[in-house]
Amino acid sequence: MKAIVHVRPRSGVLDPQGQAVAGALKHLGFDEVLEARQGKVIELVLADGDETKARERVEQMCKHLLANTVIEDYQVSIEP
Amino acid sequence: MKAAVIVFPGSNCDRDAVCALRNHTTRHVHRVWHRDSQLPKVDLVFIPGGFSYGDYLRSGAVAARSPIMAAIKEHALNGGLVAGICNGFQILTEARLLPGALMRNAGLKFVCKSAALTVENTKSSFTNAYFGQPTTSIPIAHHDGNYYADNETLDRLEGEGQVIFRYVDNPNGSARDIAGICNAKGNVLGMMPHPERAIDALTGETGGLGFFESLANAMAGARK
Repeated sequence: MKAIVHVRPRSGVLDPQGQAVAGALKHLGFDEVLEARQGKVIELVLADGDETKARERVEQMCKHLLANTVIEDYQVSIEP
Repeated sequence: MKAAVIVFPGSNCDRDAVCALRNHTTRHVHRVWHRDSQLPKVDLVFIPGGFSYGDYLRSGAVAARSPIMAAIKEHALNGGLVAGICNGFQILTEARLLPGALMRNAGLKFVCKSAALTVENTKSSFTNAYFGQPTTSIPIAHHDGNYYADNETLDRLEGEGQVIFRYVDNPNGSARDIAGICNAKGNVLGMMPHPERAIDALTGETGGLGFFESLANAMAGARK
């Protein structure tokens, strides 16, 4: 079983890296880009088991380590 | 009066910190490895600068979960002094011993230069020697020094005198020019500038001396 964790800066938190990415895209002529937010993806390979339980555990991992909830949001998806 | 300097893999200011503490705060300084689960009996825990765990995941994130941190939290809870410099500040926010977080510098660049500071609170255990001279200059050297907290937290920090240092010329986008803060009890401090690099005119400047002298005063006072 796999868990994919997306971590990104919370809305309202300044994201200078995202701003730089958006600026560079605009510079390349991609004028439709209004905003970019840069985050990270963490892929976890988990021992097989109950999916609901796995999600609960990964949420705990996010709160304890993977995301800093002062500045970041996270999203967990579980894949078989 | 005793102090402990915590050493993580990737710490690189621990020896400077030991030297500064020995010369200006106390002769009794231990170095403690991050995997230890107990602290020696000390009055002050010093978390030095560097790149603990290569700044993997987030600066300070992995170090904040290392075995020694439980003992440091207990030390802080019992009123013991804790000072985190640069990466040490990042570790203290990650460990939730201090509010807020340190984000990538607004200019996206590593900034290494001398920084003019105002000492906003000269009554703290970390700054009492600056009384009457509330400006100083201490070098900064960081990539993630952009202090962030929500407005409510910032208002509280300012209202309670927990903003200890402010930049005169904001180098990193830090909220309200904050360079250093302490907790509500006043025994835990985090700051981005490196006072241990400003104690000898031979190597630049001496604006950090007051920091170590303040700690000596505070520790002497606590023993009375």
